[in-house]
Amino acid sequence: MASICFYFQVHQPIRLRHYTVFDRDDKYFDDHKNAFICRKVANKCYLPANRLMLDLINKHKGKFKISYSITGVLLEQFQSYAPEVISTFDALARTGCVEFLCETYYHSLSFLYSRDEFIEQVNKHSAMIENFFGQKPRVFRNTELVYNNELAGLIEATGWFDAIITEGADHILGYRSPNFVYHPNGCGRLKLLLKNYALSDDIAFRFSNRGWSEWPLTADKFGQWVNAVNGNGNVVNLFMDYETFGEHQWEDTGIFDFLRHLPGEILKNPDNDFKTPSEIAKTYDAVGTIDVPHLISWADTERDLSAWLGNAMQSSALHELYRLEKKIKKSSDEKIISDWRKLQTSDHFYYMCTKWFADGDVHKYFNPYDSPYDSYINFMNVLNNLQNRCNMRIASEASQKQTCGKNQTDLQAIGY
Amino acid sequence: MRVFMLGWEFPPFISGGLGTACYGLTKAMDQLGMKIIFVLPKAVDSSCASHVKLLTPSSVSNQREVEGSSLKNVKFYSIASWLRPYTDRRGLKRGLTRTEGNKEGTGEFITALENSVSDDYSRDMYTEVHRYAALATELALQEQFDIIHAHDWMTYPAGMAVAALSGKPLVVHIHSTEFDRSGEHVNQMIYDIERMGMHAADRVIAVSYFTRNIVVNRYGVPVEKVEVVHNGVERNGNGGEWSLSKTGITKGEKIVLFLGRITMQKGPEYFLQAAKKVLEVMDNVKFVMAGSGDLVRKSVEMAAELGIGHKVVFTGFLRGEDVKKIYKMADLFVMPSVSEPFGIVPLEALENDVPVIISKQSGVSEVLIHALKVDFWDVNEIANKIVAVLKYPPLEVTLRNYGNFEVRKLRWKDSAEKCMRVYAETLAAVARKATCLL
Repeated sequence: MASICFYFQVHQPIRLRHYTVFDRDDKYFDDHKNAFICRKVANKCYLPANRLMLDLINKHKGKFKISYSITGVLLEQFQSYAPEVISTFDALARTGCVEFLCETYYHSLSFLYSRDEFIEQVNKHSAMIENFFGQKPRVFRNTELVYNNELAGLIEATGWFDAIITEGADHILGYRSPNFVYHPNGCGRLKLLLKNYALSDDIAFRFSNRGWSEWPLTADKFGQWVNAVNGNGNVVNLFMDYETFGEHQWEDTGIFDFLRHLPGEILKNPDNDFKTPSEIAKTYDAVGTIDVPHLISWADTERDLSAWLGNAMQSSALHELYRLEKKIKKSSDEKIISDWRKLQTSDHFYYMCTKWFADGDVHKYFNPYDSPYDSYINFMNVLNNLQNRCNMRIASEASQKQTCGKNQTDLQAIGY
Repeated sequence: MRVFMLGWEFPPFISGGLGTACYGLTKAMDQLGMKIIFVLPKAVDSSCASHVKLLTPSSVSNQREVEGSSLKNVKFYSIASWLRPYTDRRGLKRGLTRTEGNKEGTGEFITALENSVSDDYSRDMYTEVHRYAALATELALQEQFDIIHAHDWMTYPAGMAVAALSGKPLVVHIHSTEFDRSGEHVNQMIYDIERMGMHAADRVIAVSYFTRNIVVNRYGVPVEKVEVVHNGVERNGNGGEWSLSKTGITKGEKIVLFLGRITMQKGPEYFLQAAKKVLEVMDNVKFVMAGSGDLVRKSVEMAAELGIGHKVVFTGFLRGEDVKKIYKMADLFVMPSVSEPFGIVPLEALENDVPVIISKQSGVSEVLIHALKVDFWDVNEIANKIVAVLKYPPLEVTLRNYGNFEVRKLRWKDSAEKCMRVYAETLAAVARKATCLL
């Protein structure tokens, strides 16, 4: 028996506008660019892909199942710029064949810096998904599949989740296969689903690569690879960015045709089926525990944090950002808190990565800046302004209180 | 293979990047075992030549043969001449003074601006260029070589003459064009010489794609004839100690450096306008302008007009140890060039651990990744980036570390190898043509 488990990551950051040290206003985000990209990707990917998924689910009468993790910052952008996308996701949710996962609302690295903030964001995202799609998420995935034992422990302790997802990195698996369900080390109940990166990346990265020996990849061929897992595993976890369909792999590569035929090919073999992550966790027992003492992620060949924390600029920007947490929350100003949280989106730090000069196109493709230095300068200028705003806000509150207090003393002095 | 090379300046007598480039390239070729006859149009004062040993005058009366002590495959000829690479409207007199004097290398300070009488320099230049050509031709008769390599317009007539006389192929090397130096107000005579040289040459070497575009679009040279060879950078040790007291700069003050000729091409006014903006948000900064040129006085006046005169220090032309010292002091180097064919100075700055902001209108921006890049006219953005480097230490550290690492990869050896490849191709093409004609 091989169960195919699709999970698609759906995310767009809220990009910053060009913000110099001479700017004084609190408009940090490039509304125009964000709207433009959101609509562009909606037309190239989200809308056609959602329509296709809906067709496939109807066609296979509930046998085709998928799951999504849509970030809070993207849902917010959909609301403003492309509300029709939310309707199509909602239609998918109503089929009963689609599961929505939970992550940090702001697609942040908060787990690394503040557990309080992390839990707040998980809560906020979970509430939003329930509100939008009528289901309370039971499976958690952390930003960029950043993961270690501690994260699993924290997620189990919340009691909200049945399973957690991460990268099936070679160095954590050793001789073992990602095609089984495991327990995280130290967890009793929580199950661990590992990405089969070889098969996932065949679709996400290699699909249109004409230099690849398996090009062109057909649904039939892929179906055979999946069949080969039969007998050697229970699950095939295909986790990838949803933008693979139409945005990373353009329509003219045939990616949509591939997807259209894939479920049929896979279901040809009666031993195969599709399951959502929750169903996987329910159906299969863990075959062992996976120990991940060090942090891993699904990024680059290193599968570590170096894409976000690889140089001095990135680590200082992150530290400075989270150092403000107490102060920001003390201001209890909604706008300030929300701006601060939008700055936490991991993409801002990814843009500062100096690795991409060597690592090539993947980083470049996603980067709205000419260089990592430009992105750092921009981010720090914004952060500085935010900090000043926050300080002023707190100071004005304090002086108001002081004035109130003073008035009271004055009143007391005159005998009231 | 022997190369008959026509240059015009050589350390320590340099007024810009050209001398540095000729030196770096020649030295690397020498190390690769290439035999070079190097003809210089400059009088060299023996008391100033630190690594160049002067020999007795050779048979040609007004030429002196010098030999670089470290360069064993290079034979130097120096032709006494007033030739100046950068047509400074201040006249020739000062140029000569600079060549002869300044043993200490203290450079000329702006007070030395006075003797700036400009008379009909272009006519003098024209005469000089052709006198140099005549003498170089005479020299060429005594030498054996396979190919001629001429650096920038002043040596092109000489290159063409030697080529005509010897029948050897000519390669011209474009370190800068008249459009870089003068914007749209080109000196027609210089343009004509440049154009003639490029068209007469068998191959053209440009120092960047930026320059290749100019060569192709403005001079009508077929694109396949132009090869790009980026410059490298010389590895130096660290500089000596520098006393702050002389300059009026106090410790704890940040130093932003402009180093280069103070001419239209280098965009000094953008540097000053950016300085003004920076000083609106930061106080503990000084702006140092090191270099000479026809816009020094105007720049001093402009600094005063902007009300930042007390924050801008003009050092005059620096060379040798002084350059190292100024790098040691500087926190940031800015090159807001309007049009820069290559720009070796940022590489030297990085080499000396100083992060750089460079104009996108420069050849060097093609080879540097770990540099901040700006449009020269975008004063706001230049200021924004200056403030960022001074204010955010991780930015400075990352730029410095990666930049220094990156610059190590830009070796003159690679440039020299590329030039030698161009020689080989040119000779092969000439040989093919000869066989066809037979």
